[in-house]
Order: sequence, then structure tokens, then C-alpha cells
Amino acid sequence: MKRLAQHALFWPSATLVLLLLVNAVFNPSFLALTWRDGHLFGNLIDILNRAAPLMIVSLGMTLVIAIRGLDISVGAVVAIAATVAALLVGGGFSADGAAASEHPLWMALGAALLIAAACGLWNGLLVVKAGMQPIVATLILMVAGRGVAQLLTDGQIITVYYAPYYVLGSGFLLGLPVALWIAALLWVALQLFTTRTALGLFIRAIGGNPEAARVAGVRASGIALCVYTFCGFSAGVAGLIISSNVKSADANSAGQLLELDAILAVTLGGTALTGGRFSLAGTVLGALIIQTLTSTIYSLGVPPEVTLVVKAALVFAVMLLQSAEFRALVMRVVRPRAGTA
Amino acid sequence: MKHPLLPLAITIALFVAMAAFGGARYQGFLSLQVFLNLLIDNAFLCVVAVGMTFVILSGGIDLSVGALIALTTMISAALLNAGWNAWAVMSTVLAVGAAFGALQGFLIQRFGLAPFIVTLAGMFLARGCCYLISTESIPISDASYTAIAQARFPVGFDASLTVGAVIAIIVVVAGMRVAHATEFGRTVYAIGGAESAARLMGLPVATTRVRVYLLSGFTAALAGIVMTFYMLSGYSLHAVGLELDAIAAVVIGGTLLAGGVGYVAGTLFGVLILGIIQTLIAFDGTLSSWWTRIVVGVLLLLFCLLQRLFEARSRKVA
Repeated sequence: MKRLAQHALFWPSATLVLLLLVNAVFNPSFLALTWRDGHLFGNLIDILNRAAPLMIVSLGMTLVIAIRGLDISVGAVVAIAATVAALLVGGGFSADGAAASEHPLWMALGAALLIAAACGLWNGLLVVKAGMQPIVATLILMVAGRGVAQLLTDGQIITVYYAPYYVLGSGFLLGLPVALWIAALLWVALQLFTTRTALGLFIRAIGGNPEAARVAGVRASGIALCVYTFCGFSAGVAGLIISSNVKSADANSAGQLLELDAILAVTLGGTALTGGRFSLAGTVLGALIIQTLTSTIYSLGVPPEVTLVVKAALVFAVMLLQSAEFRALVMRVVRPRAGTA
Repeated sequence: MKHPLLPLAITIALFVAMAAFGGARYQGFLSLQVFLNLLIDNAFLCVVAVGMTFVILSGGIDLSVGALIALTTMISAALLNAGWNAWAVMSTVLAVGAAFGALQGFLIQRFGLAPFIVTLAGMFLARGCCYLISTESIPISDASYTAIAQARFPVGFDASLTVGAVIAIIVVVAGMRVAHATEFGRTVYAIGGAESAARLMGLPVATTRVRVYLLSGFTAALAGIVMTFYMLSGYSLHAVGLELDAIAAVVIGGTLLAGGVGYVAGTLFGVLILGIIQTLIAFDGTLSSWWTRIVVGVLLLLFCLLQRLFEARSRKVA
């Protein structure tokens, strides 16, 4: 039991299970899954589907935080990717009145992802080559990025009528949402990369002690560039899913505050903000906790305004649990004698 | 080879250049009132940016200030509508802001938590509390508040200042004094420069850090009061993203985000530069508001690169 409680994923899993139980108690049909219109249907599927973009962004963010970085520009990158894709697909119609795409879909999606990855690379260059603090380097893109996205769309919301574009955000494959498949694919790929290759070891080494890693021959700057580029790419994927889901691109509000939710998901999952220790599975759990929490608040009929207060309480609780000083303080209070012995 | 005042000089030169550009291009740009309006329209940003300067000088960051400003406007509006006296309302919100900041500082200091995450949670908490009070905008009709909002101090040449702008000027002057002429100010610089050295010198690192965040919470509440005068309403969506503007103003003002180097006076010019960008765009009339974001981003980039250049050079000299 004690061993179980010490497992890195214990607290995030317990939080998630607790949230799901609360839901199940108040709403007995909460856990029910039904098969309808050729795919699975139910609250759980809904949560998974809605959590997918956050999961994807948070996976990228996990690696950035693991190397002692931070990327607060992901929300802006989401807006840029969504805008580029929507612009290239366009809101046009063909001669026979059917919705048509101005450019082939693969080209629109590819261009959006390429630009998102370039945004990540830009952040990486500022951090690695110019030596800026990660929070400042990514602040630049956070401030300017959304402006650029608005410039591209002339401040308008771009609506997409081309149906194949909707697949990413609201389509189903083998009974499950396409967005969930994408998130799962990304997770499995990252998991394999970080456990079956030396990449995971290098990332831990850089995060643990950048100088020591460099001396030991780890190509820290190359890896950091890759990690930031990947974070931009993952924000791009999330941007495509988000805009596909709402069938439009809103440069002003797409991905608003997403960077904060992503950092929160990573922290909840047990990744240390000081770098070196990370858990991709924990991040996935963290993203699910955030989405379940939001859904719970809605389904319990609690005013949605409370979400932020609950989130704040959750962050404070997780932060304190992660703090060695706090745990020491609790131990002294709980077992005053054991501390002195 | 580098003078410590050089970044400040560059910031001021940039401001003068932008003013000259505006004057050459647009009719009526170079009037006293246009420049006073920079201060009037950005008074709350100026007040909160002074607090942020101290936080950043100490090597920290405070993301909660925008939400705290919104919370201040909400509490003010709610209490005024409940029939409270205006002065009692102002002292209450200032106390709430200071306590909020001090609590964050305590968490950061006592439990060794990252300022970024603590103040992020603080931001959620403050915005959430706004929504708990009301999701609607609350108008303020209190006689004292409307009188203060409409008060103008003539400064000659047909130009005038508002109460908010006067408060901003007082805060900047007080901030400069605190930074350079008090033990607290010196300790803030010392912590930002090298925390372990500051500790070994016997400086009160722990209490100073808590006081830095207390000060930031206090200035955020004061900025909230100034904003209440400016908007005459409480609204939970006031000052969204203002923390980023404040950080941008501090950075453009020449303060190093790593801490330890910078001037409160620089922050004033950082705020004025952000203001003049908006004024230039407004005078032009054909540029859209998103150009503000792009220009601010580019300026941030330039100043950060410049800072890195200075750092690299001073390291070589040393």
C-alpha cells in the first residue's frame, strides 16, 4: 500500500478516479457507454474527446518543462495554426454549390503544422542561441503571435464549410473520436521515443543538470531545439483539432489561456517544474483531470464561474504536495516526536 | 565598457524618436494633452508596472496582477453599491490586495514554490472570485467616485491631468525612492543579483521577498482603484492580459528579467512607449488594433536581444 502511494502516478490517478466517482454518485448514468450511429457515445467519450487538444499540447509542454524550459506561446500558436489551415481551406463553394476547398486539404493541414513547428523552432532558437529565459523568449511570440493571426484574418472569424475538414475535430474512427486517436498516437510515439531510445535519458540529464549533461557529451542545444520545435508542432495539431471542431478559426480567442491549462496539466501529472523529472502518462492524466473537473462542474449544476476557483485550489494543493518543505512541515506536525528522534 | 544607464538611455531615446515620428507625420500629435493622455490612459498600467518592476528586480514574476485589478474593481463596485463610504472601500481593497500579494509571497518563500505557478494559481483565484461576485458589469454611481473620476488638474497650456495620472506619477516617484534610497530597495537588487550572496551578507532575504509580492499586490489594488475611476464600473473581464503588458513595459524599460538590474524610471518610459504605440496607431487611423500586439512583440524581441548583447559584452569585460 505504501509502495503504491509512492508511485509517481498515484496522486493524479487517485484524483481522476475520485472525480469520476463524484460524477457517478450524482449521476448514475455518467459512466454509461452506448453504441449509437456507429460509434461509442457517453460522458466519458465526451470528456476524452474534449481533452484531446489539451493532452496534445501538454505532451509537448511536458518535454519543454523537462529540460527546464517553458512555452507560454502555445495558445498563440494554436491560433496561428487554426488560422492558416482555415485560410487555405477557405470558405468557398464550387460551381455546383457544394462546399469546396481552395487548396487540397493535405496542403492546408501540412502548411499549418509546418508553420506551427517553425514557431516552436523560433522559440527554441531564442532560448538556445540567444540565451533568453524561456518565459521571456516565448512571451514575445505569445504577444505578437495572436496579432499576426488577426492580421492574417483581418480580425474576422473564418468559417469553413468544407466537410472533410471537420473530421479531425468531430469525426470518428473505429467507434472512437479521431482527435482521441491522434492524441493516443502522439503519446505512444513519444513514450517509445523516450523509453526505447536515449532521448528520454538525455532529456532527464539536461533537466537535471544542464552543465553536467553538456560536459558528459549530451548535445543539449540540439535536443532543446527539437523539443521546442515539437512543442510548437503539438500546439499546431491541437489548433487544427480545435478549429475543426468549431468549424471555424477565431484568431482572437482560439487557444486562449491554453498555455496555462497545459502547464497546469503537466504539473498535476507530477512533472517537476524544476526540470529533470517528467511523466508523459502523468501529463495525460493531468489533462483528463482538468477536463473532467470542468465537465463535473457543469454536470453538478454548479455555476461555471466556480471552475477557476476550484482550479486555483487544485493548483495550490498540488504545488504544496510537491514541495519538500511543505511535506517536512506536515510530518513535523503529524509526528512531532519522529522528527526529533 | 558599458554604462549601467545605457539601456535606460536607449528606452528614452526610442520614446523621443517615436514622438518625433508621430509629430512629423500627424497633425496635432505634438500637443501637451496628447502626451498627458499617454499617462492618463495608461495610469493603471503605470502603477502596476512599478510593483512588477520590484518583483522582476528580485528575480520573480507576478502573473496575478491583472486578475487582482479586476477583483479590486469588482469589490469596489459591490461595496459601493452596498452603501459603503468611498474611503472605507479604498482602504479595504488596498488591504485585500496587499494581503493577497503577501500570501503569494509567503507560499513562494516558505515552501520554495515557483513564482510563476503560485501567481498563476493566484490569477485563477482572483478571476474566479470576480465571477463569484458577479458575472455582469457593475456600474458605479457613488458621488465621491464620480467626482474623483471627473476631477481635472490643469497644468497650463489648456492641458490637464486626472487623479489617476497624478497617482501614477506619485507611485513612480515613490517607487524610485524606495528602489534607490531604502534598505528594502537595496535588498531587492541584492536578491535579484545573487540570492545566496545576499543571504550570506545577512540581508533579510525571506521577509524582503514576501514584502516584494506584498508591494506588487498593493500596487495592483491601487491600479484597480485607478481603473475604477477610469471605467466607473466593476467587471470581471477588466484588465485581461494586463500582467503581460506590465511585464512588457518593465522589459522595454530596460529591467533584466533575470533580476538585479533595472530602474523604476525605465518602467515609466516602458509604459509610455506602449501608450505611444497605441496613440500612433489611433492617429494613423488605417492600422488595425492588432498591429499594437505585433509592434510590442517586435520591441520585446529587440530589447531582449539587446540585453543579451550587453550581458555577453559585460561578461567579456569582466
